[in-house]
Parts: sequence; C-alpha cells; structure tokens
Amino acid sequence: MAGAHAASTDPDALSWYEATARQRVVALADPGSFEEFLPPTERRMSPHLPLFDLPRAFDDGIVVGRAKLDGKTVLVAAQEGRFMGGAFGEIHGAKLVGLLRAALTLKPAAVLILFDTGGVRLQEANAGETAIAETMRAIVDVRAAGIPVIGLIGGRAGCYGGGGLIAGICSRLAVSEGGRISVSGPEVIETNKGAEEFDSRDRALVWRTMGGKHRRLIGGADAFCADTVSAFRQAALDLIGRAPAFDLDTLEAEQARLESRIARFGDCRDATEIWARLGVNDPESVPAMDTRAFDETVSRVREADHDAR
Amino acid sequence: MTLAEILAGLFSQGHSVIVRDGLVTGGGPFAGGKVHVVGVDGDTPLGVDGALILSRAVLDAVRSGDKAPILVVVDSDSQRMSRRDELLGLNECLAHLAKALLLADRSGHPTIGLIYGHSAAGAFIATALATRILAALPGANPSVMDLPSVAKVTKLPLDKLQEMAKSTPVFAPGLDNMVAAGAVHVVLDPGKPLDGQIRDLIANLQPGDDRDRLGEERGGRPVARGIAEAVIAQAGRG
Repeated sequence: MAGAHAASTDPDALSWYEATARQRVVALADPGSFEEFLPPTERRMSPHLPLFDLPRAFDDGIVVGRAKLDGKTVLVAAQEGRFMGGAFGEIHGAKLVGLLRAALTLKPAAVLILFDTGGVRLQEANAGETAIAETMRAIVDVRAAGIPVIGLIGGRAGCYGGGGLIAGICSRLAVSEGGRISVSGPEVIETNKGAEEFDSRDRALVWRTMGGKHRRLIGGADAFCADTVSAFRQAALDLIGRAPAFDLDTLEAEQARLESRIARFGDCRDATEIWARLGVNDPESVPAMDTRAFDETVSRVREADHDAR
Repeated sequence: MTLAEILAGLFSQGHSVIVRDGLVTGGGPFAGGKVHVVGVDGDTPLGVDGALILSRAVLDAVRSGDKAPILVVVDSDSQRMSRRDELLGLNECLAHLAKALLLADRSGHPTIGLIYGHSAAGAFIATALATRILAALPGANPSVMDLPSVAKVTKLPLDKLQEMAKSTPVFAPGLDNMVAAGAVHVVLDPGKPLDGQIRDLIANLQPGDDRDRLGEERGGRPVARGIAEAVIAQAGRG
C-alpha cells in the first residue's frame, strides 16, 4: 500500500495536492504514530457499487484512525479523492461517523478531517446524504464536548456538496491554493443554469470564486497553507490551540458575520470586487501571489480572522 | 397536503406563521405551550439570504429560552445554484442554519422536521436532516438528485436506472427510499389529526442519532451501523 512509501516521504517536500489520503495521514502525524481503524486488510467494501459494474476499494475511499500530533493523541479521517472523487458512500460515511462518535469517549486533543470530496456518491446517494447529516450532528456533539474538529482542505477533488456543509460545521479550517470549498460545483451550476451563469471551463473563475485564497480572505477559512504536508501540519497544530466554543454566543457572532458579508458584498459579481472592498490594494494580483505575499495581504484584512464559526 | 392545511391542522387557535419569498417563519399556541415554525415552501431553492433568515429565527427562539419545540416544514428545491451564492459562501450559510438547529436541539428545544413536498441536496441537509426527528406526509418527494441527472453523472442509461431503482433503495429518489435509509423516521397519517401526531412525536423523542439503526432495520442502509460500531470498537482498544 501507499503508506509504506509515505512513511519515508519528507513532509516538507510532499505535495498535499498530489499525495494520496494515506500518504497525507502518515506524513502529517508524528513518525510511526498512525494506527488505522478498519484498514484495507479488512476489505470493508461497498455492497452497492457492483450493481453499477464499478470497481470497489478495500477502504471505500477513506482512511480513519488514531495518531500523535506533537505528542498529543488525535483522531484522523482522510478522504481519497482518487477513488470515486472522494464521495460519501455508505461505508465511507459510516467510517467518519464512527470516528466522530468514538471521539466522545476517547477525548482526543482534536479530530482532523482531511477533506477531498465531490460530495455524495450518487450510486449510494441516500446512504451518502444521510451519513453527511449524521456526520454534521456528530461534529456538533464533539465540538460541544470541547474537542476541536479541524478541517484540512487542499486535495484534488476539493470540498464540494455535502463536504462543503460539513466543512462549515468544523471548528477551524485550513486551506491551500488548490483547495476549493463550495456546495454546487462549477459543472453542476453550468448544467442547471447555463454557461452564462458559470462557465466551468474558466478555471481562473473557479479558483477566484471557490478557491482557498477567496475563502481565506472572506473568513471562510482560518489558515492558508503552502501545498506541503508540513504546512498543513503546522496549521493544524496552530488551529487546535484556538478553536472557538460551540455555543449560542459563537453562533450569534457567526450570524452577524455572515449577514454583514452579504450586506457588504451581496451586489458583487466577481471575487476581485469583494477583495477590493476588503481593502486589498491590487486585487488582480491576488491569484498570482506566493504564500508569503498572500499572508501579508490577509494580515491587513479585518474580516479574515474571527471566532465566529 | 399544503402548508395552509398543515398549519390549520396544527393550530386550531390560530397562528402567526408567514411565508415571504418562500421562507416560512412564525409560530403558534400548541398543546398548552407554543411551537416555533421555520421552513421553506413552494419548491423554493435555498440560498445564502434565505438560510440566514431561517437561522436568525432559530437563534431568536434559542435566545428566548422558552425551550418550545421548533417545527421545520419543508417543500424546497435544492440549494440555490448560482455564482453569487457560492461567491458569498453558501456552504457557510447552510452549515450555519444546520448548526443553529442542532444547537436548538441541544438547548432543550425539540426539533421536528416535516417534509410535505420536495427537497434535495444541500437544502435538505441544512433543514429537514438537521432536526432530531424527521416526519413526512405521503406525497413528499425528498431526493439527493433526480434520475435524469443521475443518469448524466453516472453515464448509465435512464431506463436501466429506472429499472434498478425499483429494487435498490440506496440510490433512488423518493420518500420510500429515504424512509428505508433511516433519514425519514416516520410517515404520518393524513387521515388522522396532525396536531396529535406531532404531539406524540415530541413526547417520544429519543436521545442520540438512531438513523443508522433504522436504516439497517429497514434495509436501505444495510451496513452503515455495523461499520460505525466497528470503528468505535477498534478505537476503544489500545
């Protein structure tokens, strides 16, 4: 399996975007500390995909387990975007739900969710949709117990559909340039509303509208990472230390934050207009900025950092 | 059953529920106390603006401290699919609405979903599926995606999908299949008074999330409960 290779991979050099789910987990965790639950050797495979003549995966496209992060115990789930677009099927979703429920008794320092998903797996749509609802309830239970749930988003499938909703339930999110967070994907909008509404082939438009930099600037994510495993590790450690509580005050603050965003930017057609109103001097230059220049830009945007999540 | 018929069946002493742009808010006297009502009517898509109006109403109910039940009535489209909604963070707004409902539930407000029409995808997750118990009226039509769209994405012929849908509840749209998955707890009887049926649901609310157990018992999600249990068991060792 990929994990054997990943164990010797340098986290500073390993691209998050290019890595497999198992490589990400192994390189993210303290060396040798990852212990997988329901590993591929157990062959817990989808009972439904054969009906569609589709190949199955021994792990149903998600890796879950326990690891150490800077010596502290964390629970980790990592979606594999290369299998069925990382989509939520019955087993895939149930592994994540089980991990979150386990957190309530194990009380880890945090639960990390490494998103890489197109949303619901349509061949198992009802099971996937229900698992997403169960996941959201379970995350709220975990957060209310005082355990941070941190989302890390930078995989090739992005974080779409129900994955985007789950991300919005997490305590904190870290995102890279390659990470995209959205409910409806570009192709879905174009198919339903036409290319005039959203031209899914316009990749620059996709990144501006749904990409990591836009989400970070408007406060939709709490950290922006270079595309390396070590950058995501550092972000996870930082975010675990400053996770907001789950209570009425937090949600009232989020209500005010989101209402204010819509009041200020609701008439904007393009992300560059929003960035200009946020005070970014040269909004056209944002997509090309390197991580350091972008971090400096973010540091001058008041809306980017908050506890209202 | 229409929203007006539902409200008439619930609130014999009248109510303050209004529908504006397809968004439902208000409440009424119920069983010696009151019930808050929020929701979506008229097959309306749920976007950033609507989600925040509903979440505002839910948070107001929590802030009031009355611990009255919150009924979430749903006849919606899917999430609103637009460039503007995604630009403004639709995922955050829908998640915020779901969090408000989940917070209300944790704060002592029984949350009951009532689907009486359509609902799909993100709108379904953020409303009906974020309640403690989800009831449906016959004729309701929840789905993740309609079969023609499933055919497009899976590249399978529509007639083959329609044939498969008859025997395979796990992917096919419709109320019976969502009941089988455990997503919908119970289908109400339109021939009996609605207020009594809702009152019974509230009186018999169970703690925890039993949707995977229901899915296993009903055959629509045969393995999910066992998988989640196996993860918990392995996590508990060592």
